[in-house]
Amino acid sequence: LLLTWLALPLSALAALLIGALLILAFGANPITGYHALLSGAFGGSYSLASTAQKAVPLLLVAVGICIAVRASAWNIGGEGQIVTGALASTATALALPNLPAFVLIPLVVVVAAAGGAFWAGIAGFFKAYFNVNEILSTIMLNLVAVQVMNYLLSGPMINKSQSFAITGSIPQTRLLSTNSWLPTIVSGTQLNLGVVVAVAVAIAGYFLLWRTGFGFRIRAVGLSRDAAAYAGIPVKRTIMSAMVLSGACCGIAGAVLVFGSISHRMVTDGSLTGFTGNDGFNGIVVALFGGLNPLWSILSAYLFGGLLVGGTSMQGVIGVPTDLVTTIEGLVVIFVVSIDYLRVRFRIQEEAQRLGQDKEGAPGGPGRPGRSMLMKLARARP
Amino acid sequence: MSAFFTYAILTATIASAIQYATPFLLAALGETLGQRSGVLNLGVDGIMLMGAFSCYYVALETGSDLLGIVVGILMSVTLRAQQGISGIGVYIFGLGMSDLLFVRFVGTPLPVNPLPTVDIPLLSKIPALGRMFFQQNLLIYLAFVLVPALAFVLYHTNFGTKVLAVGENPAAADSVGINVTRTRYATVILGCSMAGLAGATLLLLDGIFQENLTQSAGFIAVALVYFGAWRPAGVMSGSLLYGVVTAVVLQWKSLGIIPTSAADLAATAPAVITILALVALAGRFKQPAALGKPYVRGA
Repeated sequence: LLLTWLALPLSALAALLIGALLILAFGANPITGYHALLSGAFGGSYSLASTAQKAVPLLLVAVGICIAVRASAWNIGGEGQIVTGALASTATALALPNLPAFVLIPLVVVVAAAGGAFWAGIAGFFKAYFNVNEILSTIMLNLVAVQVMNYLLSGPMINKSQSFAITGSIPQTRLLSTNSWLPTIVSGTQLNLGVVVAVAVAIAGYFLLWRTGFGFRIRAVGLSRDAAAYAGIPVKRTIMSAMVLSGACCGIAGAVLVFGSISHRMVTDGSLTGFTGNDGFNGIVVALFGGLNPLWSILSAYLFGGLLVGGTSMQGVIGVPTDLVTTIEGLVVIFVVSIDYLRVRFRIQEEAQRLGQDKEGAPGGPGRPGRSMLMKLARARP
Repeated sequence: MSAFFTYAILTATIASAIQYATPFLLAALGETLGQRSGVLNLGVDGIMLMGAFSCYYVALETGSDLLGIVVGILMSVTLRAQQGISGIGVYIFGLGMSDLLFVRFVGTPLPVNPLPTVDIPLLSKIPALGRMFFQQNLLIYLAFVLVPALAFVLYHTNFGTKVLAVGENPAAADSVGINVTRTRYATVILGCSMAGLAGATLLLLDGIFQENLTQSAGFIAVALVYFGAWRPAGVMSGSLLYGVVTAVVLQWKSLGIIPTSAADLAATAPAVITILALVALAGRFKQPAALGKPYVRGA
């Protein structure tokens, strides 16, 4: 039991220790480095607000991941869904610049959710009805979404009034109308309405998963497709809906990235992560670290937001590139999943000993590594 | 369009299609081996990145491509990956780590020498075919030789039989004394070394390392394994299709058949084709029964 509660902090600690070794390998002082990281992320109200701001898209994606993975659909397409959500909502805001803010802002959020939901729905449809591996299809859809974005932002949606004769024009849209800007909620910082939206979505996600029949069906399908089907749950429709909802959350993250940005327009540099800042992948890490629970993901998103914001300060102080943060994140995922797997092994051995019988040769395995975490969390209501 | 159908352009396109196909082929063959033993390794892309960087660094320091390739493979092997979502962890790790090392040890990107092409005697003199198939570099020949080699290993050796048994029914394999864990480690280590080699190939075709060099090529390789129905020959045809589509799109772009404004859209072609192929082929072929399931005795 102790192992269960310590698993997440332990894996974070292990990842940070390896990170410290890497900083040493760079010839820098890890203590100075982590101190710079901490003060950059959590020192002072401005840093705290920047961290919260960075955490918003992470949290939205993470809630989406929680919903999809609870139905045992690994939505790796956060990146693509962020992009389609952002594109749809940006196009809407550009077309209707004169709507009052209290209409326009809810509208763009809904449109963004629809954009993300559509993109995830494609993968969900193929998974549910054609049994296409969703990890692969969502990755492919990411690649397609990014190219479509590059096409639109450097073609039909480009800001035609920019005059960079020498450097060439930047792939970006016109300045969005001020009616669509997310209002700042703490003056003097960049903290805007997006935070409220994200936390509301997380709470809604929690209620959906544990307080509604639909959420129950999602979790039932995630635990066992066969058992759920036997109980009369429409398995295919549930998987499809979970993916659509998951994409909707990621789409909203896209809207927050555009309408809550400093430049107040949609900009990319043409690369895969130029617009999203890898939030679609980081959100997966956040969700896993939050135990696939939307409420714990709030804390988890804030911590990882701090890691990302602080990473930049660390780069400034000790000159270790922010890629270190990416590396640490990768390690966190590996450790969290491995510890979970070891726990299953450990429990089975214990059980076998208690029963005093040799269970060798029993068919089947315990399913994917992530599954056991699901089982644990589904049984004990958080 | 008529500019495309000339002897010189067509042969050059096919020749470059084979080059584009090679990294996918190598990575996908390695993944095929792993999946046949039941291990779904989604970290291929991260491993390719590490392989590519290690190769780049060593080649830059020593001037020897060959040594670079060897170190690239060794580096990838130490990263041998786990299943499913932890593969995504390996990917994120490789993505960050390769660039971290790049900034730390290299900083300014310098090109390395591409591998020299080796003309195969006699065969390279055949008109058209010679230009297309027999004037390539060694890694490309190696990749295509590995196709029948892997098929032979899987279907005609003791080791191959063990791999297939472990992938279909690990409990049964265990009961007849096959060491499931060791077999899976072996396939994953071999598979990762092939992914590392794929990264090295990609690097030596470009000649320079950059952040996220692979551009998700590793994930496409995993998709190609499904596409090829877990058979080496099928995987090869998938890789070649991918290579041809990539080469044709690039060629059309440079000939102006595709307007530059639509070039970004045309670049989605390989990914779209992969999705459609996954849908079309889904369920036609049986996947290894124990794919993606960790084996725990007595579970």
